[in-house]
Amino acid sequence: MNYLEFLLMRPEISLLSIFVIIFLFDLMATGRYRRIFHGIVCLLMLAHTYICMTGSAEEITLFGGMYYNNPMLSFMKAMLTCGSILVILQANRWLRSASTYYKQGEFYILMLSTLIGMYFMLSARHFLLLFIGIELASLPLACLVAFDKYRHHSAEAGIKYILSSMFSSAVMLYGISFLYGSCGTLYFSDMATILSGSPIHIFALVMFFAGLGFKISLVPFHLWTADSYQGAPTVVTAYLSVISKGAAVFTLFIVLTKVFANMIVEWQAIIYILTIASITIANLFAIKQHDIKRFMAFSSISQAGYIMLAVINGTAHGMTAMVFYILVYIVANLAVFGVIESIEHQCTDGVKREDFNGFYRSNPRLAFLMTLALFSLAGIPPFAGFFSKFFVFMSAFDAGFMILVFIALINTVISLYYYLLIVKAMFINQNDNPIKPIKCDLFTRISLTFCLLGIVFLGICSFVYINIDKLSF
Amino acid sequence: MIIPAEYYLVLSAVLFFIGVFGFFTRRNLVSLLISTELMLNAVDINFAVFNAYCYDHLEGYIFTLFGIGIAAAETAVAIAIIINVYRNMKTIHIKNLRELKD
Repeated sequence: MNYLEFLLMRPEISLLSIFVIIFLFDLMATGRYRRIFHGIVCLLMLAHTYICMTGSAEEITLFGGMYYNNPMLSFMKAMLTCGSILVILQANRWLRSASTYYKQGEFYILMLSTLIGMYFMLSARHFLLLFIGIELASLPLACLVAFDKYRHHSAEAGIKYILSSMFSSAVMLYGISFLYGSCGTLYFSDMATILSGSPIHIFALVMFFAGLGFKISLVPFHLWTADSYQGAPTVVTAYLSVISKGAAVFTLFIVLTKVFANMIVEWQAIIYILTIASITIANLFAIKQHDIKRFMAFSSISQAGYIMLAVINGTAHGMTAMVFYILVYIVANLAVFGVIESIEHQCTDGVKREDFNGFYRSNPRLAFLMTLALFSLAGIPPFAGFFSKFFVFMSAFDAGFMILVFIALINTVISLYYYLLIVKAMFINQNDNPIKPIKCDLFTRISLTFCLLGIVFLGICSFVYINIDKLSF
Repeated sequence: MIIPAEYYLVLSAVLFFIGVFGFFTRRNLVSLLISTELMLNAVDINFAVFNAYCYDHLEGYIFTLFGIGIAAAETAVAIAIIINVYRNMKTIHIKNLRELKD
């Protein structure tokens, strides 16, 4: 075995070294050095993103085909890292509060280990590495969900998350074991040539879907979503809803096209049903939610359904649409969660929809940002969300799923209704004691600014989409 | 006399579905954890059996080893969170986990 191959895994190696640096810093730093901890982490992550982006210009296959990296995967990894930086920036106020200050380092470490897990999920070309990646991504996340030790909501959310995660990974492994039994290999490339669509393969495919469907929170596997999103600390909810979901969607796309390429008819049928179910059911449930984090949970389930419209295409165009959709989804959703995070400490029992009444009078800027983000999530034209939805619909249309696109379009109207309910609360509803004016700290401001720029410019600047299109495979 | 592979597969299938049944019917967090462990062990049996009876490489066994290790890690995290639940609510019965609702 050639140990020099480890050095070629540039994104993983650089993330791992950041991991070690943060660990040592957390162990040794005292007093005034601790105060700049947050800034140091952000800078390190920024440097890491640079390494990710510039890293590999060519394709790399390592360890006898177990690990694979190419420019597109590097781009996806960089995207996930950028999203994590935005989340970390927003976490500043929460990490400085008295109940979390002493475990600040643990938060970064757990977050980075989930990120490494997601990298392995993307780069895996062998089911063992894929399984380890998925577990590495979901176990520390359970710890993060249960991070507020003395709030019982957090513990309850954590136990719901970890038990559903274990259940779904067991179901997925059961599927993989039958794939192994019928193919005699676990490498993606070898398996793809053997799979033929016999009943046992279809059984394994369905089982496999359960594992990643759980992480993406598609409808039959979504039951944990609302509770975990509501109970988790807001920063972690933001992380769960964009980064964890994005990585899982990428992985699902890669596995479906690389391993199950011969069974395209079967998995398209599965996605067809799941998409309709996710979008419709999540939209109907979202309307009646009052807790805003629960509301965002159902909104994120329906967004996952829209992403599936790109996955169902299964070609390079589908991949472009998917990556672009997730990019836009990251900035828009993180903007919403940034606003929720900054007003959260003024609401005693979670942020409710009614708390936004009269928000525009007291915090015009945050209200404006929130409006743009919600417009983008709903897909109103000048903003990025419109373009991403458009490309996703186009890719499903190209694959010949007209009825599916039609149903998704109708659902867009429903989603517009519930997103606008919040906008209405902010601008029109009267309130005698609205949320007091908030002064965000510097980090949150930077994060929200980047989200705003993303929402406004990602759609208009067409070179983003074109560049992604050049990379996709 | 060699035991046919099917017997093992039936055993693992039975274990797996006992786990699934337990996961949906049990009302205690530790029992839920045990149910998921049963499912993971069924998977481990599957991998080992397929490898032993069908192929002469070691991939399945290696997967089993990793499966056992990761299942242990999962259990550790889950137990830690269950203890946390107990400290906060003084019970681990599932009917008390209803705080998060609209």
